[in-house]
Amino acid sequence: MLLGPSLAVSAVLFALGVAGVLLRRNAIVIFMCVELMLNAVNLTFVALAQQLGVAGQIFVFFVMAVAAAEAGVGLAIILAIYRHRHTVNLQNINLLKG
Amino acid sequence: MPAPPLSLLWVVPALPLVGFVVNGTLALTRPTAKRAVSIVGVGTLVLAFVAAALAVAELARQHPAAPLVFRYWEWIPAGDLQVAFALQLDQLAAVMILVVTGVGALIHVFSVGYMHEDPGYARYFAYLNLFVFFMLILVLGANFPVMFVGWEGVGLCSYLLIGFWFNEQVNADAGKKAFIVNRIGDFGFLVAMFLIFRRFGTLDFETVFAKAPAALMPGGAVVTAITLFLFLGCTGKSAQIPLYIWLPDAMQGPTPVSALIHAATMVTAGVYLVARCGVLFALSPLGSAVVAGIGALTALFAATIALKQWDIKRVLAYSTVSQLGYMFVGVGTGAYAAGMFHLVTHAFFKALLFLGSGSVIHAVHHAYHATHTHEDAQDMRNMGGLARYMPWTAALMWIATLAIAGIPPFAGFFSKDEILGAAFAESAVRPLWYAFWAMGLAAALLTAFYMTRLMLYTFHGPNRTGEREREHLHEAPPIMTGPLVVLGVLTVLGGALNVPELFGGNAFLEHWLEPVTSLAHRLQPAVEVAHATEWALVAGAVLVAALGIVGAFRLLKPEALVPARLAPPDTGLARLLWKKWYVDELYDAVIVRPVMWLSREVLVPARLAPPDTGLARLLWKKWYVDELYDAVIVRPVMWLSRDVLWKIVDARLVDGLLVNGTAAASRALGWLGSRLQTGEVGVYVVLFVIGVLAVVGAVVR
Repeated sequence: MLLGPSLAVSAVLFALGVAGVLLRRNAIVIFMCVELMLNAVNLTFVALAQQLGVAGQIFVFFVMAVAAAEAGVGLAIILAIYRHRHTVNLQNINLLKG
Repeated sequence: MPAPPLSLLWVVPALPLVGFVVNGTLALTRPTAKRAVSIVGVGTLVLAFVAAALAVAELARQHPAAPLVFRYWEWIPAGDLQVAFALQLDQLAAVMILVVTGVGALIHVFSVGYMHEDPGYARYFAYLNLFVFFMLILVLGANFPVMFVGWEGVGLCSYLLIGFWFNEQVNADAGKKAFIVNRIGDFGFLVAMFLIFRRFGTLDFETVFAKAPAALMPGGAVVTAITLFLFLGCTGKSAQIPLYIWLPDAMQGPTPVSALIHAATMVTAGVYLVARCGVLFALSPLGSAVVAGIGALTALFAATIALKQWDIKRVLAYSTVSQLGYMFVGVGTGAYAAGMFHLVTHAFFKALLFLGSGSVIHAVHHAYHATHTHEDAQDMRNMGGLARYMPWTAALMWIATLAIAGIPPFAGFFSKDEILGAAFAESAVRPLWYAFWAMGLAAALLTAFYMTRLMLYTFHGPNRTGEREREHLHEAPPIMTGPLVVLGVLTVLGGALNVPELFGGNAFLEHWLEPVTSLAHRLQPAVEVAHATEWALVAGAVLVAALGIVGAFRLLKPEALVPARLAPPDTGLARLLWKKWYVDELYDAVIVRPVMWLSREVLVPARLAPPDTGLARLLWKKWYVDELYDAVIVRPVMWLSRDVLWKIVDARLVDGLLVNGTAAASRALGWLGSRLQTGEVGVYVVLFVIGVLAVVGAVVR
């Protein structure tokens, strides 16, 4: 039941997330795109759980928990960067240049 | 190997060696540390004497029939030739180590006073300690090569100490003379060793002497050659005719050195060698006759020279040569105990005489030094009447003089009498010994005469030192008179060591040496003489000695002497004796000058010589073999090494390509890698995504 469309939406969402991470410069936006990818994966898990058993649904909770933790840490890092450099534009942040 | 404590025998020679190392280091680093040098130099000798005494006490307790041999390590293991570094202690070596360390210690003490002002103080003690070390190796060696090490070592130290004040040409020349003359003797020693090895296949004393009676035909050519070559070594080391000429010149060294090396110990090494090899000499009648004959001749010959010398040390030097001759008469006769006995007593009284003369020279030199006069401090014509200023030295030297003259009951009387008695007894079997005995007796007369002369001119009559110098004359300090007193006591009592049965004694030394000499005595039994004859001989010897002393008192007039600078030259026989029978001049004319002439006159100096031609040039150029090798081998190898291996292979290939190439490659790779690190997160993400896509693509397909 609606497996195909679910997976398609999930793929589109994931691709959007990847594109956002690749193309955008604002750290907040990139961060949101990462969340988007995580949720795209969640959607895939839920959709496939219909056929492959409940494990996929349980996995979604783990991903959510991890995503929440990641959001906390990630936002804290972004805030710290902003305080330092008064910008969150990643193009200006290249201290690790080889 | 026998149990300790005797296996610790090596400690005895090791102690002076330690002294040498420490003093040598001090001499090189801080030569002014005289206090430390004295403590080390004298201390090691005293300790060595204590160690030697302990070893001898233990030996006396065991009194073994065979020598105690201690093999420490294999020294020369070469095919058939197996030489161990081994020391051996027997009754003969025991006598020697006691004399060497005992008299040596006394002379070291004396040297502290005598050499105190010398800038080379530390060097002096280093050499002296080294000498004692080598001397102990010489007497303790258990085979010929180890003994030879000591033999050469004492020669080296003798050279170093004769030329101790090498700033003056004459001293350095005297050292060289001693060294070169000794080399001739050492040649004899070496040849004897070769012969022994060829015949016996070993050089260990014990084996050689045990095998000798069976392996050598008595009186055969081999044993005669061995003994004669050995004795050639002895004539060098112990200053016998014809190689005695170095010893009088050796008096250029410091006086304590003359006492220790050139009177008491080193020069007796030849006597020790003959006694040690007694078995071989007993097997060779000719060899032993040569030993006794040369000894008797030297005893008489040197005594005549001593009659007319003015230098106090030269008189004593010729006296030493003469007394060594006596010892050789003893050991050549087969009376090894008598020879060794005279060696011991001679070590006492001659060391005393030399140290006493050192004390005299010290005083006279001091007096001349104080008044800045340049006179000869050793010429007896500049002395006279010194008994008033140095009573101790005079009294002690009189004791030694009576001992050397053979007046009872001093030590020299017993030992000299025993040698003459043995020679006379031997003449019953071999008539030639009558001549040796007569020469010995004549030498005894001369000995008594020239020693009394020395005493009269030095200590009695008017003083000829000079008016101003007289008040600077004084007795030596206690550190110098102390050893003199000890030696004086030994000179008085030394005869007790071997009082013959004739006087109710027990001939202690003779019995003590029996384990060593028994084999030789079995081959060549001693001849006994009646007691009446012995009494007559003793009486005759004492009479002769007394005659010599009284004659000197009657004939000589110390009052008539004038100081050396005013003295007219001697004439006639006196001049002949003063010039030492012109032996040095004879050697100079017969040997030295022809050699010099050959090298100087017959050959043209190199800068004037015309170039050779033809075959001569071919030979002079050594058949051009060197040039051939140069062209065929040396140059190609040089070219290959320099032009190919170095410039191409090493510099370009190894250094350039391999070493530097690797470094350059890794640097380029690193540069490429570092380009990827832009520091921009976006770029990393792009790469990351590409990577994920590639992995996913690979998995899906």
